[in-house]
Amino acid sequence: MKYLKFYLKDYKRDSILAPLFKMLEAMFDLLVPVVVAHIINVGIVRQDRGDILRCCGLLVLMAIVGLCCSFTAQYFAARAAIGSAAGLRHMLFSHIQRLGFSEMDTIGTSTLITRMTSDINQVQNGLNLFLRLFLRSPFIVFGAMVMAFTINVKIALIFVVTIPVLSVIIFGIMGITSPLYKKVQGKLDVITGNARENLSGVRVIRAFGKEQEETDHFSGANEELVKGQLFVGRLSALMNPLTYSAVNIGIIAILWAGSRSVESGVLMSGDIVALVNYMSQILVELVKLANLIVSISRAMASLGRVEQVLDTKTAMEFPEDTQNGEDAGCGDGEEAVRFEQVSLSYAQAGEESLSDISFSVKKGETVGIIGGTGSGKTSLVHLIPRFYDATSGEVSILGRPVKEWDKETLRRKVGIVMQRVQVFSGTIRSNLLMGNEGAGEEEMWQALRAAQAEEFVMKKSEGLDEPVEQGGRNLSGGQKQRLTIARALVRKPEILILDDSSSALDYATDAALRKALKDLPSNVTVFLVSQRTSSIRHADHILVLEDGKAAGWGTHEELLESCQIYREIYESQYGKGESAV
Amino acid sequence: MKQKKTFFRVLRHIRPYSFFVILSILCGAVSVAAQLLVPIFCGDAIDYMLGIGRVDFAAVKELIFSIALVTALSAAAQWVLAACNNRVTFCVSRDLRNEAMKKLQKLPLSYLDAHPSGDLVSRIIADVDTFADGLLMGFTQFFTGLLTILGTLGIMLFLNPGITAIVVLLTPLSLFVAAFIAKRTYKYFGKQAQVRGEQTALINEMVEGQKIVQAFGYEGRSLEAFDEVNERLRSVSVKAVFFSSLTNPSTRLVNNIVYAGVGLASAMIAISGGITIGELSIFLSYASQYAKPFNEISGVVTEMQNALACAARIFELIDEPDESPDRENAAEFQSQGQVRLSHVFFSYDPDKPLIEDLNLEVKPGQRVAIVGPTGCGKTTLINLLMRFYDVRKGSIQIDGKDIRDMTRHSLRQNYGMVLQDTWLKTGTVRENIAYGKPGASMEEVVEAAKAAHAHSFIRRLPKGYDTLIGENGGNISQGQKQLLCIARVMLCLPPMLILDEATSNIDTRTEVRIQEAFAKMMKGRTSFLVAHRLSTIREADVILVMKDGHILEKGTHESLMASHGFYEKLYNSQFGG
Repeated sequence: MKYLKFYLKDYKRDSILAPLFKMLEAMFDLLVPVVVAHIINVGIVRQDRGDILRCCGLLVLMAIVGLCCSFTAQYFAARAAIGSAAGLRHMLFSHIQRLGFSEMDTIGTSTLITRMTSDINQVQNGLNLFLRLFLRSPFIVFGAMVMAFTINVKIALIFVVTIPVLSVIIFGIMGITSPLYKKVQGKLDVITGNARENLSGVRVIRAFGKEQEETDHFSGANEELVKGQLFVGRLSALMNPLTYSAVNIGIIAILWAGSRSVESGVLMSGDIVALVNYMSQILVELVKLANLIVSISRAMASLGRVEQVLDTKTAMEFPEDTQNGEDAGCGDGEEAVRFEQVSLSYAQAGEESLSDISFSVKKGETVGIIGGTGSGKTSLVHLIPRFYDATSGEVSILGRPVKEWDKETLRRKVGIVMQRVQVFSGTIRSNLLMGNEGAGEEEMWQALRAAQAEEFVMKKSEGLDEPVEQGGRNLSGGQKQRLTIARALVRKPEILILDDSSSALDYATDAALRKALKDLPSNVTVFLVSQRTSSIRHADHILVLEDGKAAGWGTHEELLESCQIYREIYESQYGKGESAV
Repeated sequence: MKQKKTFFRVLRHIRPYSFFVILSILCGAVSVAAQLLVPIFCGDAIDYMLGIGRVDFAAVKELIFSIALVTALSAAAQWVLAACNNRVTFCVSRDLRNEAMKKLQKLPLSYLDAHPSGDLVSRIIADVDTFADGLLMGFTQFFTGLLTILGTLGIMLFLNPGITAIVVLLTPLSLFVAAFIAKRTYKYFGKQAQVRGEQTALINEMVEGQKIVQAFGYEGRSLEAFDEVNERLRSVSVKAVFFSSLTNPSTRLVNNIVYAGVGLASAMIAISGGITIGELSIFLSYASQYAKPFNEISGVVTEMQNALACAARIFELIDEPDESPDRENAAEFQSQGQVRLSHVFFSYDPDKPLIEDLNLEVKPGQRVAIVGPTGCGKTTLINLLMRFYDVRKGSIQIDGKDIRDMTRHSLRQNYGMVLQDTWLKTGTVRENIAYGKPGASMEEVVEAAKAAHAHSFIRRLPKGYDTLIGENGGNISQGQKQLLCIARVMLCLPPMLILDEATSNIDTRTEVRIQEAFAKMMKGRTSFLVAHRLSTIREADVILVMKDGHILEKGTHESLMASHGFYEKLYNSQFGG
């Protein structure tokens, strides 16, 4: 609740006025049976037409004033609920932007997206309902009882019994069925997964001739679902008949006790009509209240999930602006990147992903990193822009530990092309500007040229302003990859990291790209991550990784001599004893 | 027109459950009748309480007894009604889902490839759900609502036509008010949906790309863009929610005015003795009851229309034509491994010819490698061999027999297939390896796993061969999944093999070892290999170099290198450094 309160505070007035006006409206609802009783007991009995007219006028007036109250309440409730939800959404979004990579990995992207969208919508709806109804329904239930007491204490005792009985029925049935409904939902998830699996595996299923089995399997799960649905359905179908019976028994009791009171002159028949009306009102409101509680508990669960994300604090602190320090000599050294006995284990992972890695690279050098899948190549380069913090040891760039750089400067100095190709909707230009806000036309073309993307961009009818759809759907895999390379290049980083960035490129393009990288300004240090020896063989240093450990460090020729793993990788790609040119 | 057709089709699906439908209608009638009687009995009872010493206890008792009886009857009927409705709805949706699933297994791959699987899943799951909700609501509320209106009307007319006229004339006002508001809010809701869509797209993009956003220091600009949309959404949402929430109070106002009008009229008439006080109470309770079904029914109608739209989408899927059935005389078949493609023409899109006049002769036991740039038709060839697609012209023969003359099932059993896309079923490792041979013994499974170099990592899994693999393989890596796919084929060992980029997710060192296993497996088996790593296919007997659907070159590695063609260029670009 703490975060929501923060924004609700801005709507203090709204969130107090909304329920108040709603209660005012409820009050008029409660008065209706009294007025009707008055019409019967006074107007009709005394044959006073003027009185009846006045009473009915009063009913209309109450309805109109009630309407005004209701409108006011709805307005304030909508403002408060939607305003706070919008605030919460803003808070969550900016919080996500501050999360570290490690926290993002733990929470997961799809989770973050549902928190931002459907969960906050649930909170908004729940809050809106809550502001409108949480006072109203209990107020009417107890109000009706109080009104009954004002009519006749003895008969009002019937209300005292009926209300708890109704509550037990309503909340009892809901309490029993709601976990069952969750189970049914689980069964629905099973058949959803089953259907999805059948579609994604259609070729394999048909290749193995398993169509019939798969259909039978689905029907079985489907039958389970229906069984569950029918069972819960039968239970929750008890709600209406039971509450209906309870209310009617209450009415019977009122009639019976009422007939005695009328006989003895304590009550008049109009009073009985009023009491019966109150009894019916209670049922309607209790059902509303029960539904309200369902929505609110759903909203509370959503709010809990949102707050869980907000409670996740990033473990990574960046120092304030270090720009000035940079002039004080840090940039002048020869050294570009240094790893000193660096180890890394990810949160929630048992084993170390990197252990005891040390090396140092001079400015302008090119480093190739090679190793099998899962050997820690990506983990290693992610330490350079400080996406993660090393568990032990120290990573320095340009002569200063990464922990001492402020975030902005550090990320400006290191440009990275990630393995997962990701472009943003907009235009080719807007994607490049993301890399460097101040880039001019010529700089952009230069970057595109180096990334081997110039040709395809020129072919587009609108050139740089060619729209890019969400997820880059209108670009091919290779085009997207080259665009992400250009995005990193236009940034003019001092350290450039390409993490398996030519996977979607054919060999000729890959070769041309490597050539273009050589032509970068002489002080740019390049890290090339690859599985192909051909991509990295000309690097100044090659780091061979195996299960997170450094298995070799040297040039291509040196490693062929000294590093068995490297030799194996090389031979697996070229064939034994053959030397490619 | 279409809606009507869909409607009748839904009725046809309901027919097997006619018994429950009839029972439901009967119970609906009973429960409505009983519910309408209770206010009458109440009113009558009140009429027997005229004042001090003028209470007819015997009559009151009798009425109370009637109320109890009617209540019990109505309660029972309500429960049976709901249970029947549940049964009809859920059984009909189960039938629809089963039918759709059966269909899925028979649809031609051309359909499945062209339709996003998310859309098909949402038809089978979400659309059926919405349909069921609508149907249930329709059953529960439409009929009983209608009966309530008619019954109330009848009884009121019987009691006093004049007052009834007031109720009947004033009540529709609430519908007008509701429609009036709905029209105004529609605009805002449309706007809200649009802005919300915009925001969701932005959230998706920015959260998915969050690592890039941070790597490029884009946080500030992205927050700005977000806040702009967020504020727009806030202001339009306030309007939409506020205006839509006016409906209930407004219709309530109309109902309250009707109530007051009825109260006025009946009180005036009661003074002159036209009706009794009990009857007045009946009128008052009916006046509030009468309007309710109107509001509900308008909701039900939208809900039903929605349900019909969903049903139409499901029927559309079910009505898709099946893939052409096996020919009548189609035979079961065990291949020797001789494959011939003669004058094969094929394209996915008639306007874009892909494979044209393709000829190929493969002798039993030969190894055929297919290479070429992406999109050249490598995978298409496999689609044709497995008969996932049929050739447009020409024929494919195995051992001299047209593959269209054998059952698809037996054709496919002659091939073992490993694809780039590593699909595994939800289930244990063992179940997955034994997918093609469910009766396989543990020894056979382990043997296959060893052959695929999967045994050592399986052993290290928490429960070994009984480890559960979640949807999409969850807890194991892409490369490991591929090893399992290979083991799956190793266990069956059919006479012919298709390996489509089968080692694409495995690092080259492991690949070398698997290649050895493959080599063993391919011995004596006709095999088709698709690979982008040329080093893996040098030993093939025939290499097909494809480009844009054509076979550009054909030959062995040596002869192709010697001819200095496209193959040489491809090969050198890979190894040229």
